[in-house]
Amino acid sequence: MRDVAVIGAGCTTFGEKWSSSFRDLFVEAGALALEDAHLSGEKIDAMYVGNMSAGRFIEQEHIGALIADYAGLATHHMPSTRVEAACASGGLAFRQAVIAVASGMEDIVVAAGVEKMTDVEPGASTDTLTGAADREWEGFVGATFPGLYAMIATDYMHRYPLTREQLALVAVKNHYNGARNPIAQFQQEITIDTVLKSPMVAEPLRLFDCSPITDGAAAVIVAPLERAREFTDTPIKVLASAQASDTITLHDRRDISTLDASVVAGKWALKMARCTHKDIDLVEVHDCFSIAEICAIEDLGFCKKGEAGKFTADGETALNGTIPVNTSGGLKACGHPVGATGIKQVFEVVQQLRGEAGKRQIDGAKIGMTHNVGGTGATVAVHIFGRA
Amino acid sequence: MSVARFWRKIPHRYNMLGTKCETCGRHFFPPRSFCPDCRRSGKIADYKFAGTGTVVTYTVIHTASEQFEKLTPYVLAIVELDEGPRMTAQVVCRPDEVKIGMRVKRAFRRIATDGESGVIHYGTKFVPVE
Repeated sequence: MRDVAVIGAGCTTFGEKWSSSFRDLFVEAGALALEDAHLSGEKIDAMYVGNMSAGRFIEQEHIGALIADYAGLATHHMPSTRVEAACASGGLAFRQAVIAVASGMEDIVVAAGVEKMTDVEPGASTDTLTGAADREWEGFVGATFPGLYAMIATDYMHRYPLTREQLALVAVKNHYNGARNPIAQFQQEITIDTVLKSPMVAEPLRLFDCSPITDGAAAVIVAPLERAREFTDTPIKVLASAQASDTITLHDRRDISTLDASVVAGKWALKMARCTHKDIDLVEVHDCFSIAEICAIEDLGFCKKGEAGKFTADGETALNGTIPVNTSGGLKACGHPVGATGIKQVFEVVQQLRGEAGKRQIDGAKIGMTHNVGGTGATVAVHIFGRA
Repeated sequence: MSVARFWRKIPHRYNMLGTKCETCGRHFFPPRSFCPDCRRSGKIADYKFAGTGTVVTYTVIHTASEQFEKLTPYVLAIVELDEGPRMTAQVVCRPDEVKIGMRVKRAFRRIATDGESGVIHYGTKFVPVE
């Protein structure tokens, strides 16, 4: 197996982008990534695109071909493949690109993610997202995505010491980071009060516990590590790529408050990278809801089960903490265009490891991790990156 | 949900008909036709659940998808059936009544309507046991 490196990365701004179409978004992200790698498009051997639900959001399927076409590569006949795993689509697209290069089948491969969510009514987007859970036995009876994560929060708060205020601090911290990220959907800091006074969505989760509906796209380019310096002075090595599955429904899980797929993928990734938690300088976790970040930092092993509330309140996950979590602002503040999120996480870690993260830069960051979840934990992708 | 897709699961939705693996004794609701433990040596048969169970966790939904908007706020829970499996369902009670550990039993209820002139979806909700 060959070593793989990220040689270029690009991302659109995230937000409710009324004037941008699905096509505009991925063309912009792709162009930024190519420019970053000093590459021209015809050098690309293959492309993998994470996208959850263009079929329902813009009534368009066959996304791989559409993207190849509008990237101007249809006449080069470059293979282009859509990857779908709900909110983990981006993480899985990245993993497919890594596998393609590691195997020796391809050299220069684009991993992209895109979602255009605001071309449908909010009720319709809520319903589409419910398709990431079990439509027949969760969605059918009235479960929503916030509702499913709210049931994790109820279970968690019944069993472990987590206060409503500590939960709010996850969103406060992520908005603080988002305010320092030029691509973030929300660039305003908030207080605990902002969260606690926001409308109830699914008890105990309020609006500011939830990630938003977002349009956006991100793209990164991977290549064999041995060739990486042909394209960039700052290649970022992929130290590990892991993916794990679990039951599609929340109710069938071994433990409601533990995402076993996160636990397993995290362990596999650390083993593959031959490192421990202490070596990780920052992590982008899948905070689709505030409770999801609480579970993620425990499931990945950064603190013990039941201690993430205090860990967060103590500032350990802040920019100047022992393990900065979601320096980009996370899904909460940076935004969550579902298929693009996994690639945006890679984009953030690449920026941090290159020392290009501006006001949210973690000094001397050498190793970073990404954690991308599909559904309520039925699919998890974990990647680890290091300076090459 | 299309008529056929709903209709084919009517016995399961209306009467809590699930399955049981006769090799290992594990019960399945929603029904499974393949036992994850016994795999190909499993022998799956129909099993009608008693419909009694306990609330494991819950939420009160305030923001719902279109079909359920008129019901808000409503209680959604994961119920552990007495035979072992867990399922997601609404609990018909006041939002401040629901508790972890609450005993509930099944009730045949309207779940949602597929538009104004569409099929009415019936199914299982739970009510508190007095």
